[in-house]
Amino acid sequence: MLSRVANSIYWLNRYIERAENVARFIDANYHMALDIPGMDSDQWQPLINTTGDHELFKKLYGEATRENAIEFLTFDRNNPNSIYSCVRSARENGRSVREYVSSEMWEQLNTFYLMINDAAKEKTMDLPHQFFVNIMNASHAFIGVTDSTMNHGEGWHFGRMGRMLERADKTTRLLDVKYFILLPSVDYVGSAYDNILWGALLRSASAFEMYRKRHGRIDPKKIVDFLVLDANFPRAVHYCLTTATISMCNITGSPRGTFANKAEQSLGRLLTEFQYASLEEIFENGLHQYLDNTQTRINAVGAAVQDVFFSPKVTETPAIPRAME
Amino acid sequence: MRFDGYDTEGFYDELFDSQGKPHPGADLLIQRINGLPDTELQRRQKAAERALLNLGITFNVYGSEAQSEKIFPFDIVPRIVQSKEWEVLERGLKQRIKALNCFIDDVYNEQNILKDNIVPTELVLSADGFRKPCVGLKPPGGIWCHITGTDLVRDGSGEFYVLEDNLRCPSGVSYVLENRMIMKRTFPMVFDACSVQPVTDYPSRLLEMLQGLAPHDVRAPVVVVWTPGIYNSAYFEHSFLAQQMGVPLVEGGDLTVHRGEVMMRTTKGLERVDVIYRRIDDDFMDPKAFRSDSMLGVPGLMKAYSKGRVALANAPGTGVADDKAVYAYVPEIINYYLGEEPIIKNVPTYACWRDNDRQYVLENLEKLVVKAVNESGGYGMLVGPHSTAAEREEFAKRIKANPRTYIAQPTLALSRVPVLMDDHFEGRHVDLRPYILYGKESIYVLPGGLTRVALKKGSLVVNSSQGGGSKDTWVLNAEGGTSPESALANEEGL
Repeated sequence: MLSRVANSIYWLNRYIERAENVARFIDANYHMALDIPGMDSDQWQPLINTTGDHELFKKLYGEATRENAIEFLTFDRNNPNSIYSCVRSARENGRSVREYVSSEMWEQLNTFYLMINDAAKEKTMDLPHQFFVNIMNASHAFIGVTDSTMNHGEGWHFGRMGRMLERADKTTRLLDVKYFILLPSVDYVGSAYDNILWGALLRSASAFEMYRKRHGRIDPKKIVDFLVLDANFPRAVHYCLTTATISMCNITGSPRGTFANKAEQSLGRLLTEFQYASLEEIFENGLHQYLDNTQTRINAVGAAVQDVFFSPKVTETPAIPRAME
Repeated sequence: MRFDGYDTEGFYDELFDSQGKPHPGADLLIQRINGLPDTELQRRQKAAERALLNLGITFNVYGSEAQSEKIFPFDIVPRIVQSKEWEVLERGLKQRIKALNCFIDDVYNEQNILKDNIVPTELVLSADGFRKPCVGLKPPGGIWCHITGTDLVRDGSGEFYVLEDNLRCPSGVSYVLENRMIMKRTFPMVFDACSVQPVTDYPSRLLEMLQGLAPHDVRAPVVVVWTPGIYNSAYFEHSFLAQQMGVPLVEGGDLTVHRGEVMMRTTKGLERVDVIYRRIDDDFMDPKAFRSDSMLGVPGLMKAYSKGRVALANAPGTGVADDKAVYAYVPEIINYYLGEEPIIKNVPTYACWRDNDRQYVLENLEKLVVKAVNESGGYGMLVGPHSTAAEREEFAKRIKANPRTYIAQPTLALSRVPVLMDDHFEGRHVDLRPYILYGKESIYVLPGGLTRVALKKGSLVVNSSQGGGSKDTWVLNAEGGTSPESALANEEGL
């Protein structure tokens, strides 16, 4: 497939995933703040930090409040990672590969964009919960439509790989920022607030129910275990890296465990470390250190994907002449 | 919703005769619409518009903000063409494209028509669309213009004329296909009963024609559609056609010439391209052959083309026959190459470089439509009867300064069709753009085409950039299909 098309499908999926994550972060935060009187204003700055755009935010708004944080993260066109900007970029990418994806995918993407665009014009935030749920649903619908209408070939794998790398990155960020804010409350394990706060963290990753089934009681270490190392939870970093690797192997045709280029090498190596990682080691060396390092390496995988697949150099890839018939 | 108050106001109407009776074949549709409950037609019109928006069937308007995409306004009442009328048009269009193709091939090779003084040499060589790098080219099968979208109009008497030959990159066929899809959803029963000729196989025919051009003897030639990019006003169409044909849509940056072959950059390295359906102007195709400042082009493409390594549709240089000055000579061109009289007439044309014509034009500006020969899309035009004295003065100056660049035609009383305006119907002027595919084996004319409507009351300019919309065009089958009763029997289906 064309490199440009692969690039667009990859980014289209990353942007949709990003929008969904931002929507979930806001929604979880909003509800947590409602449960804890007086905490509202303290909760929004960390959320901005989660997205990594705190410097831009400070420049545009200064102090974080509920209103300006939601505005910045949802509708602000000056924020390239606001939900609006993400969905818009996803659609621009989708528009440039309309002929490649299925009509159903395009229609889902376009309706998603029109929904956000209408909301951005009206800006009625009366029902924030429903609005953010709609965004998450639209993202899930897009993934579902993609899975059931597009060939699970090269393009589909590029899309899924993009989505998985994005999701892995977002889960590490969420955990990194929230964990250290919540940590002091470890002393109060078992208190009502504690459960609410940690519960909100899990909800930010749509992980609350699945965590309960797996580990039962709220326990910060087990939460880290679940969000980072679980092999079956679809937003756990380990799961995301496994799935991304499967897609990568399908794209290149390399057998699992081998590599033919830098992208495969860096992703495979990262995954292997996750496969053999233990919670004890992670805490021994410091969770922050570990998450930070993981983010850096996910970024490096992204850069290698860009380099290997999306900007092929004529001189490095000798043309294979087709046999004349 | 009824047509009761509808007035043709003395114009030729595509659905009603001068007595207000439906034309043969249109009665079924009229009955159907008259029988709809109040506001039902409006509801369906709105649903159709919503569907177009959700599908992203939009175009970009030049000069407006990058974000402003508009749906191409769509009117729900179809235009009907009788099968007998269509047979004549089909023959006429085939005749015309055959002759024009001979002309292009001749102009870039032997130039017999110029030597025989049928068309002035000076006029042809100075035409905006004449491309020097094309001299001596021999495209596969001698065909230059594979895809054409000829603009037809009807005057007050109901006679069809050719208004323009669009021989470069005619657009709009995607709207024909999408309009049809929307209409089938909206009026399935009438559709069935009226026995409308299908248009849906256009992409398959286009692909077949393009594959037939492949220069290499390969079993599965690689065909691509080349677009200038997502900001082009016709981007939707480019991607739609690529999607419907199942071929890659490429931009200039995706292509490169490597060891004399045109290649595209893929995730697995370079892959050879055999046929390019290009939707980009000649000028921007290859900075080495044409405009050197083109950022969109592929250096070396023309060299690969002239060596027969890749096929281009349309061939570069076809614009020479698309020049409005050359247009004036098409009747002579048909006669010269085919020894036939034109089946569809030209609109009478005054060529301002002829002294007598120019004098007439300058004296009658308020009656005429003046067009710059190198402009399209409804730009650079003076519609005499709708002009101000100052505008006429301005055009008179321009004509005197550059007679070569202007032609004039009588203001035709373009035919009209009813369009839905809030709660009633009003007549609006239309043209018709059928699409013609010229393959190595045969010529195919898409039964129907794009009916463009000037939505502004009284306006004669149908271009989408100037407030035009479109309608579905129903070419009826010769036999007429089922009787009205059988369609009316099923009230629910409609």
